[in-house]
Amino acid sequence: MNAKLECLSRVLGSVFGESLRSLSENRDEITVEVGAEDYLSVVRTLRDHDELHFEQLMDLCGVDYSTHAQREKVSQSGKRFAAVLHLLSLKHNWRLRVRVFAEDDGFPVLDSICEVWPSANWYEREAFDLLGIMFTGHTDLRRILTDYGFVGHPLRKDFPVSGYTEMRYDAEAGRLVYQPVTIEPRSNVPRIVREAGYGDVGHV
Amino acid sequence: MCRALCARPVTGMWAMSEIRNYTLNFGPQHPAAHGVLRLVLELDGEVVERADPHIGLLHRGTEKLAESCTWTQFLPYTDRLDYVSIMTNEHAYCLAVEKLLGIEVPERGQYIRVMFDEIARILSHLMLLGTHAFDIGAMTMILYTFRERECIYDMYEAVAGARMHVAYYRPGGVYRDLPDSMPKYKPSRFKSERQVAELNKSEAREGSLLDFIEDFTNRFPKCCDDYETLLTDNRIWKQRTVGIGVVSPERALALGFTGAMLRATGIAWDLRKKQPYEVYDRLDFDIPVGKNGDCYDRYLCRVAEMRQSNEIIRQCIKWLREHPGGPVITEDCKVAPPKREKMKSGMEELIHHFKLFSEGIHVPEGEVYAAIEHPKGEFGVYAVSDGANKPYRIKLRSAGFPHLAAMDELARGHMIADVVALMGTVDVVFGDVDR
Repeated sequence: MNAKLECLSRVLGSVFGESLRSLSENRDEITVEVGAEDYLSVVRTLRDHDELHFEQLMDLCGVDYSTHAQREKVSQSGKRFAAVLHLLSLKHNWRLRVRVFAEDDGFPVLDSICEVWPSANWYEREAFDLLGIMFTGHTDLRRILTDYGFVGHPLRKDFPVSGYTEMRYDAEAGRLVYQPVTIEPRSNVPRIVREAGYGDVGHV
Repeated sequence: MCRALCARPVTGMWAMSEIRNYTLNFGPQHPAAHGVLRLVLELDGEVVERADPHIGLLHRGTEKLAESCTWTQFLPYTDRLDYVSIMTNEHAYCLAVEKLLGIEVPERGQYIRVMFDEIARILSHLMLLGTHAFDIGAMTMILYTFRERECIYDMYEAVAGARMHVAYYRPGGVYRDLPDSMPKYKPSRFKSERQVAELNKSEAREGSLLDFIEDFTNRFPKCCDDYETLLTDNRIWKQRTVGIGVVSPERALALGFTGAMLRATGIAWDLRKKQPYEVYDRLDFDIPVGKNGDCYDRYLCRVAEMRQSNEIIRQCIKWLREHPGGPVITEDCKVAPPKREKMKSGMEELIHHFKLFSEGIHVPEGEVYAAIEHPKGEFGVYAVSDGANKPYRIKLRSAGFPHLAAMDELARGHMIADVVALMGTVDVVFGDVDR
C-alpha cells in the first residue's frame, strides 16, 4: 500500500471508527463498507471533513450479489443488494469506494444522497431502474434507461438476458404489440470458476 | 392557427389571454438531438422553465450482456459505447482487466495506446466542433472537421482493419504492431494511374502508418487555425455561446462534471496529469483551462486540447521511431493469444490458443475501478470479478451521463434556441449515455 492510501485509511479509521463495517485495501484501492443506517451521515462527513474532502461523486451503481461465487468474501452480512459509490477528492487526489448493503433483500431500500451530491440523482434512478433499489428522499425516482412501461429490473441476476417480452409489428392491429419472448436464452461459453491460482496469472 | 384567431371573441380590445406553459418535445428524431435524446421542455414563451431529458432510447443493456460474455468477448461492445472516440473506451476496459489480472503492458504497447488515445481525442473533438457549430448555424465547420476525421478513420483502418469498431486494444496491450504500409488508392475508371499516384503521394500514403500520422500532425495545427478563424472571433458564434450555460466551479464539482466541462470553469483537473496512466507522466503537454464556464470557454478549451493532443502524438511518434520492434502485447499466453506461427507447430501454444478463445481469460476475484481521461471527461469502468471467466458485474461510468443530467440546470432560464447550443456543448453521445 502506498503512503497516500495509508494516510487515507488512517484518516478514515480515526474519523469514523466503529461506524465502518469494514475497511479493506486491494489493488491500490480502498473500499469501506457502511451500514444502511449510517450511510447518509457517513457520506456527508466524507464530503465535508477537511481531511477527506470528497467533493465529487464519480459513480453510484447497484450490484446484485446473489450469485457471486465468493459472496462471503465481499461482505459478512450476506445481503443481496448493495449500492457502490466511487468518490474522488480533487484536493487530496485520492479515490474511495463505499459499499452499502440494503437491509431487506425483498424490498431493498437505501437513503438517497441527492442532497449531498446532486449528481447522485440520475445514478440513483439508474440503480432503481436496473436493480430495483429504492432510495428514500429521492424526489424523482422514475425509470431512466429502460422503456416506458417496462416491468422488472434487468440487472438482477434472476432476470434472463433475453428478457420477458418482445415487440413486433402487428399488421392487423396496425401498431406495435408486446408479446412473450420467443427466443431461448443460450450461452455458448459456460461460466466457470476455477480454483485460486489457476493459470498462475495475476494472483496477488 | 387561422381558425384559432377567428374563433377568438372580438371584444374591441386585446383581452389578456390565458397564459400557460407550453410543453415541447425536442427529439428523439431531431438533428440537433445528437442521436436519440427526447428532451421535454417546459416553456414560458421562448424561455425554458424546465428541461427533462428522457434517455434510454439507445439502451442496449451492455452491462447485462457483459455478464454473459467472457472477458475477451466483451471488449468489442465497448467500441459501441462512445462511438466517436472508440479506442479510449477500449482503453478503460483494458486497464480494468489488466488491473484485476495484475499484468503489465509492454512499453511500446503503452506508447501506441497513448498515441491512439490522443488521435481519438482529436476525432471526438472534431465531431463535437463540427456538429456544435452546425447546430447553431455555422454550416461550413462540419465540412472542414469531417475532412480531418476522414484521415483519422484511415489511420484506424490501417492499424486495425476497421474504420469504426476497431477492437484494437486488448487486455495486455494492443492487437498488433503498427503496419509498415498504408492502404493506397487504386486506379479505376474515374482515376487514372497518374492521378492515383499523385493522390497517394500528396496524402502521404507511400510510407508507413507513422509517416501518415506524422504528415497529419504537421498539417493539423494549420487546420486548427482555420477552425479558429471561422469561429473564435466570429460575432455570431460569440453571441450564441458567450454566457450560455454558465456553471460555477463549485457547482460543476457537485454535478459530477469532468473533462472539458469541468476545466472550462477554471479547475485544472486532468487524469492524464493528476493520476497518470500508461506513459502520460513521460510526455510534455499542458492542460488548457477556461475562466467563465460557459459554452464559449468550453469551445476554447477543446480547441486548445486538440492542439495539445497533436503535440502528444508527435512525441509518441518520435519515441516509436526511436524504439522500433519489441512486443506490443503481453507475452503471457494466459491473457494474450500466442503468435500464429508458433501455434502451428507448438502443442502448448495450440492449447493456449484453444483455451483462450473457448474459455477466455480467468480473472482473479476482486473489484477495480479504472478511469481514464476520455475526450468527454472521466470514463470509468468498475469491474467486479468472482474468479470466473466472465465478469460478475461491469459498470460503465460514462462522462456524458452526469453532463446530460445537468441539462435541466444548464437550460433553465435560457431561450429555446440556446438549448441547441447546450446540447452541442455538453458533448453527449448516446451510445455512451444509454449503454
